[in-house]
Formats: sequence, C-alpha cells, structure tokens
Amino acid sequence: MIAQLALPIAQGGPVIPTFQRGSNCVRENRQFCWEWFSSHWSSTFQPRLIEHIELTAIAVGIGFVIAFVTALVAYRWEWAVNPATAVFALVYTIPSLAFFQLMVPFTGLTRLSAEIALVSYTLLILFRNILTGLREVPPDAIEAAQAMGLTRRQTLTRVELPLAMPAIMAGIRIATVTIISLATVAAFIGVGGLGEPIFNAIQTGFKTQFIAAGVLAVLLALVTDAVLVVVQRLLTPWARAKVG
Amino acid sequence: MQGVPDPGSAAAAIEFRAVTKRYPGREAPAVRELSLSVPAGEICVLIGPSGSGKTTAMKMVNRLIDITEGDITIGEQSVRSLDLTELRRGIGYVFQQIGLFPHMSVEDNIGTVPRLLGWNKQRIRDRVGELLELVGLEQSDARRYPGQFSGGQRQRIGVARAMAAGQPIMLMDEPFGAVDPIARDRLQNDFLRLHAEVRKTVIFVTHDIDEAIKMGHRIAILKDGELVQYGTPDDILASPANEFIADFVGADRGLKRLLLRELRDIELTSLNGGTDDLPTVDERTSLRDALSLMVTRRVTALTVMGEDGERRGTVSMETLAHFADRDKSDTGVEA
Repeated sequence: MIAQLALPIAQGGPVIPTFQRGSNCVRENRQFCWEWFSSHWSSTFQPRLIEHIELTAIAVGIGFVIAFVTALVAYRWEWAVNPATAVFALVYTIPSLAFFQLMVPFTGLTRLSAEIALVSYTLLILFRNILTGLREVPPDAIEAAQAMGLTRRQTLTRVELPLAMPAIMAGIRIATVTIISLATVAAFIGVGGLGEPIFNAIQTGFKTQFIAAGVLAVLLALVTDAVLVVVQRLLTPWARAKVG
Repeated sequence: MQGVPDPGSAAAAIEFRAVTKRYPGREAPAVRELSLSVPAGEICVLIGPSGSGKTTAMKMVNRLIDITEGDITIGEQSVRSLDLTELRRGIGYVFQQIGLFPHMSVEDNIGTVPRLLGWNKQRIRDRVGELLELVGLEQSDARRYPGQFSGGQRQRIGVARAMAAGQPIMLMDEPFGAVDPIARDRLQNDFLRLHAEVRKTVIFVTHDIDEAIKMGHRIAILKDGELVQYGTPDDILASPANEFIADFVGADRGLKRLLLRELRDIELTSLNGGTDDLPTVDERTSLRDALSLMVTRRVTALTVMGEDGERRGTVSMETLAHFADRDKSDTGVEA
C-alpha cells in the first residue's frame, strides 16, 4: 500500500537538482534560487500551474452546479435543507488525504478521483451561501414581484437570484480559495498541480522548488480572489451605487 | 375585460360582494362579508385599527390573498375567473416600504410589467420618460438605482411603476407611511393632482384618518374584519355611525370637516357698510384656516377677497360653526 502511494510521487518526475552542474545557489540549497526557478519555469512550474487552475475550475464549476440545484430544491422545499446539509457537512469533514486515498480503489489514480474529492469540499460552502442568499432576499421585493404578476420562475430569475448574488459570489470566493489550497494535496495521487513540485521538494529537501510552488499557489489564490471580486462588482452594480 | 388593458384604458369599478377571508385555525374571520362598491375613477380609502382587515381586504383584489367566500369584481368580471398573472399585471400596486427592486435601475423597475407584456425597448423607454415627468422626476434618474433616492422620491418611482402599463386600477398599501410629514404632504398633493389627470380606480389603505379624509372620495372604516361605515369624508365626519367611528375620527371632527371646504364653496354674507376694518382673507382659504385666522386675530368675521382683488363678501364665525356642525343632509352630498 505504502509503496503504491509513493509511486505516483516518484512518477511525478524527480527534479532533484544536479548538484555538480548547478549553480552555487543550488548546490548550497539556499532559500531561493531565482535563476533556477526562471530556467525551470516552463518545464516544472507553468504546466503544474495550469493543471492546478484546471483542477480548481472543474471542481468549483461542477460543485457549483450540484450545490445550486440542491439549494434551489431546499429553498423551495424546506424539508430538504437538513438532509442536504448533513450530507455536505459529512463529506466536508473527511480529511483530504484520506479522501483522495479513499477514491483510489474506485476510480484509480486519476483526475476523476481528485475531482470527486475536491467537488465534495465545495458543496457545503456553496450550498449554504446560495441558500442563505436566497433566504435573505427582502420579502418586500418578492411580494412586489408577485403583486406585479411575475411567475414563480420569473421571480426567481429576475428578483431572487440577482438579489442573492452577493452571497452567492461570497460562497464562490471562499470555495475557490479553499480548493486552490486543497488541490495541492491532490498531487498525492499523482494528478499534477502545484502540489507535485511541493511533494518532490519535501522528498529532496530542495528549498527553491518548495518555496516557488508554495508561493505560486498562494499567488494563484490571491489573484483568483481579486478577479472574482471584480466579477462580483460587475454582477451587482446596484450595490455600489452611491446616494447623491 | 381583458387582464391586460392598453395604456389609457378606462378605469373600472371594483365591487366587493360579501367577501369573507378565513385563515385556518382562527375562529374569527379576518374579513367578514365585506360588501362595498368603488365607482370607476374614484379613490376609496380603507382605514381601521391594526387587525381590522383593511390590508387583507385590499390584497384580495389582486389575489395576493385568496378569497374564502364571496367575490370581487372588476368591471363586472370576477377576479376569481382571471388567470392570476394576467390579473396582477393589470393592477398597479404601490407598497409601503422598499417595494422597488433594489437591483434594478429606475427604468427597469418602472418597465417591469411592460417588459412582461412584451413591449419593445423603445416603447418602454418612451413610457418611462413620460412617467418620470408625470411624477416629477428627472429623465436622468432613469439609470440610477432605488438606493440613490430619498424615501419620497422612491415612492414617486413606485407610483410610476404601478401605472407603467396603463393599469386602470391601483392598489396602494400605506404608500406614504414611511416618509416624513412634509414629504408626505407633498406626495399626497401630487398624487391627488396626478389622479385628477389619470382617473384610475384606487384602493388606498392607511391608518391615518387625516390622510383618509384628504385622499378619499370615499372612506370605508373597518373594525375586526367588518365594515362599520362607508361614505364620503363629509358623511363620516358629519354623522359617525357609532361611538367607535366618532372616537376614530377624533373629537375635532368638526374642525376636520371645515378642511373639506374653501370659502369660495360657501355662500357669503353680502357686503354692507362698516366692514372695512375686518381682516381680509383669500377665497381659496379652507374654512378651517379662516376659523384659525379669526381666533388669532380675535375677530368674529372676515372679509373674503376674490383672486381679482375684489371683495366677495364676509364670513362670520357663526357660519363656520354651522358648517362644522350641520347635518350632512343639507350639504348636498349623496349618501
């Protein structure tokens, strides 16, 4: 079992520095060797970064669809709230390493295994935010919609969902940042992403690689969050409209 | 009648026919066998203490609340026979609070029902411009959001929205309750002026008797779900049906009646010699303000002046007292 687990990490391509031919910085394994990083950007980091973005986008995308549909059902039928919350909370509590390993017997060392686990972690956050957003729509606005002859569906799409948008976007932001962080662990089952150079660096003790991959993951989270803030502002222009 | 009349379509009469609303698990009905008819183009005020059923009664007109027994007709057509969304798109609704959609621009708010009815963009834009002018807002306000306006301005937008598709009927749920007294007075005056122009049939809910007297062609006073008295403001002030009504309209009901008339509406005592020293007053002053002037000037009569600066005659405190007190039978107002 252990050997089986270690295998994908080795397969990830050892980036053990060739101490003889490397620069002084690399040979002495200093904190961070910029020159090594920039020469390995396109071979080691850029592909992993792209994988990481793919892992995250797919997880949040699929997670959103599932959570959205479930939240709409729970918003309409109150009895669905508790079971849905219980299931989503349960999967949320499974330790991530265990979850990835748990999936291997079923779906193998594949991206599918990783995505199933990652999607599961988005559900609770997204579900609760979407549901809270819908529930906090002012009753006046809903009554106004009814009184003006909007159908139930029109009320949902034209009034309730737009007004729930700030809460929904807040959920997407938290879920996305969480998944960017968790996706590094997915490298454990060999599906790439920025976790892979981190795992390798842990084994070899090569600081530059470790720091570079870690910082890239953090930067990715920050930049993504900033992009989502901009998206939120574009989607909710009324929220910033000032008096006067 | 179709559920969706064209803009400018004639107002329709509304009739409550023995309407009862019962809520499950509650013994007393919220509204009990309410019968009253509102002639086309009039403002009918529903008033009463909280729990009197006034809001429930109004909300049954567009079936925001279902009717348990009885029926409501709009221009002879039962509201129960109409498709719900069609019915509601044909009735304007003005809310007390934030009935505007905060996420939509003023233009989109006002254009809500026209959009549902499938009007094209240009027609909606033209209509919005027309309505903004009608309710006293700037054309440049169309692109702003409700959050950027004062309470009074928001209520004007609400009124514009309720008329957007030319709905012949308007339901108003304490529309001016949430604004300060000065803004409320202006909104009331502007609405009356607007109503004189558009002549919709309006059901107006309030708990403020002064507002009811000012706004209503007719006032329906409800208590515990039952109609206690229905009549013109003058009827009700002149002869309250019972102790409850007398109490409700207030001990100063005589003074309130004086508010309903101006000096030019009454017969004046013709001028004779020796009146030169009386204070003068414009003929468009209400009887109440005339009385107030007498009290503050410590006189018992005033000289009434016409717009042209000519003297019309004099009015005495006795005459005013007569109008405050006399029976409705000689006011010439139909019951």
